Amino acid sequence: MNSYFVKRVIAMFVTLWLIITLTFFLMHSIPGNPFATDRNTNEAVQKNLNSFYHLDDPLYVQYGSYLKSLVTFNLGPSIKQSAFTVNELIGRGFPVSMELGLWTLVVAVVCGILLGVVAALRHNGIIDYLAMTLAVIGISVPNFVMATLLIQQFAVNWPIFPVATWSSPMHMVLPILALASGPMAIIARLTRSSMIEVLAQDYIRTARAKGLSPAKIVFKHALRNALMPVVTLLGALAAGILTGTFVIEKIFAIPGMGKYFVESINQRDYPVIMGTTVFYSAILIIMLYLVDLAYGIIDPRIKLGKKEG
Amino acid sequence: MALRKQHEGFEESVIPDEWFVPKVKEKDEGERVSRPSLSYWKDAWLRLRKNKLAMAGLIFLILLAIMAVIGPMISPHSVSEQNLRNQNLPPSGEYWFGTDKLGRDMFTRTWYGARISLFVGVVAALVDFVIGVLYGGVSGYKGGRTDNIMMRIIEILYGLPYLLVVILLMVVMGPGLTTIIVALSATGWIGMARIVRGQVLQIKNFEYVLASKSFGTKTTRIIRKNLLPNTMGPIIVQITLTVPSAIFSEAFLSFLGLGIQSPYTSWGMMASDGLSAIITGQWWRLVFPAFFISATMFAFNVLGDGLQDALDPRLRR
Repeated sequence: MNSYFVKRVIAMFVTLWLIITLTFFLMHSIPGNPFATDRNTNEAVQKNLNSFYHLDDPLYVQYGSYLKSLVTFNLGPSIKQSAFTVNELIGRGFPVSMELGLWTLVVAVVCGILLGVVAALRHNGIIDYLAMTLAVIGISVPNFVMATLLIQQFAVNWPIFPVATWSSPMHMVLPILALASGPMAIIARLTRSSMIEVLAQDYIRTARAKGLSPAKIVFKHALRNALMPVVTLLGALAAGILTGTFVIEKIFAIPGMGKYFVESINQRDYPVIMGTTVFYSAILIIMLYLVDLAYGIIDPRIKLGKKEG
Repeated sequence: MALRKQHEGFEESVIPDEWFVPKVKEKDEGERVSRPSLSYWKDAWLRLRKNKLAMAGLIFLILLAIMAVIGPMISPHSVSEQNLRNQNLPPSGEYWFGTDKLGRDMFTRTWYGARISLFVGVVAALVDFVIGVLYGGVSGYKGGRTDNIMMRIIEILYGLPYLLVVILLMVVMGPGLTTIIVALSATGWIGMARIVRGQVLQIKNFEYVLASKSFGTKTTRIIRKNLLPNTMGPIIVQITLTVPSAIFSEAFLSFLGLGIQSPYTSWGMMASDGLSAIITGQWWRLVFPAFFISATMFAFNVLGDGLQDALDPRLRR
């Protein structure tokens, strides 16, 4: 177990390093530079700026010094927002995105699993069809359309929720709804199909035969096994949602970090591109690891590090 | 004759030959095959046909494909025809779906957008299918070290900033339909590869594969005859989900301004174009494209659900 843990951590760092390396060289292979859009950049200014940010060094030198500063968790200065370092940008944006993301995940997971379980228990009944229609609608509407319609209905036509900015719990309701509808639908469908499969198995019949209450059978015996595909999905989903979503944050004017992913690439703000990528990838890799750990907790038969035959 | 041979020697003359009468085979009910024998695909089709929602989805998609072909032809207006005096008109006899901010006919543009959106979706799904099945199949079948390395590569591709890849492709290949399809496929095949790998990992350890191996069957034949047919169900379901998700991703790229370039259009581009229009009350500019994106997604999803049930032999009744 211990040697597995060590191997796994090493593999995680290697993966992260490969992502960093690939992103670094991909990023620099795109034509254009951070100063191309500024109005009054004559050659001398451009040259000074380039040397100030070490952009005139050979690529491998830049790469080396980036890795060196990364070891001390220093992500460098932002070129476009020159008053801030990348650490500060992430430090400001991430807490907001994380708050939105956590609530979204809670809503999506709780509602999704409930819908899925109810649908599976009434397989091919009216409730099943209703729950799945609701779920499919959740997947079918693009989230920017969903967000716009929610604002139009619940903030303009019938003003019960305030929108834009991020100040009170009431501000959070609509963005959470818009963001959660898709993942909720996916979770509901996955839960339903694996739940139907599990409910048909012999050990469920045994549990019924020995007189366990339906609630205990569903939540203790069936759901635990049916959750495996959902847990698999959650890793990548959580990483994506927690680090902010560009579309929803833009439409609701939420000061999260979603915009940095897109804007930095458009502006060729190299340190910000690298910083957000490193941050997202690190969270993704940790999440995928947590998912593997969760497998073992949910299903003790799965042993980590077991050699596959 | 065996009976007689055995008794040869002692009671030979007791049972005369004429007593042996051949038994006429009765038309026994018990031996009748009560159901016509069905191939896997025929059976799946019969079960799919019983699923009303899935069939509605299938019919909707067929109608959509027909309209995508003939829609732009039955309208008197062309895709790019601008009429600045007819800006933002609501739906009417002249403009069935209204007009947009440049006075272009929304009806023609909707069906033209359907062509692009459906084409992007279907081609991206095909590319995902080919790459995903090959990658996932090899990874799952080889197992062990190969599998480990191939899965790590997927993890790395997952971690790369998607937009960076898209913008790089735009710069290298120039904006256009091909670029968008390549950009969507660049990471789109990962889901398919994961599913195929999971299935193959499971199936390759089943007894019938072992039996096949012990007969000395070649690997390629095992893959073709044992593994692929048994993974076909989840693969087809995944395809029906890839088409709409490609249409969705294209809409997202359009939202960022990286989609199809004007004067051509797609549903995603029309919808993101119409977002601001809803505030000023021009609902038709958002509602028509958004409705068709959602309805297409819905149709593909219910069809996928129906196929999942129809293709799963365990759910056969």
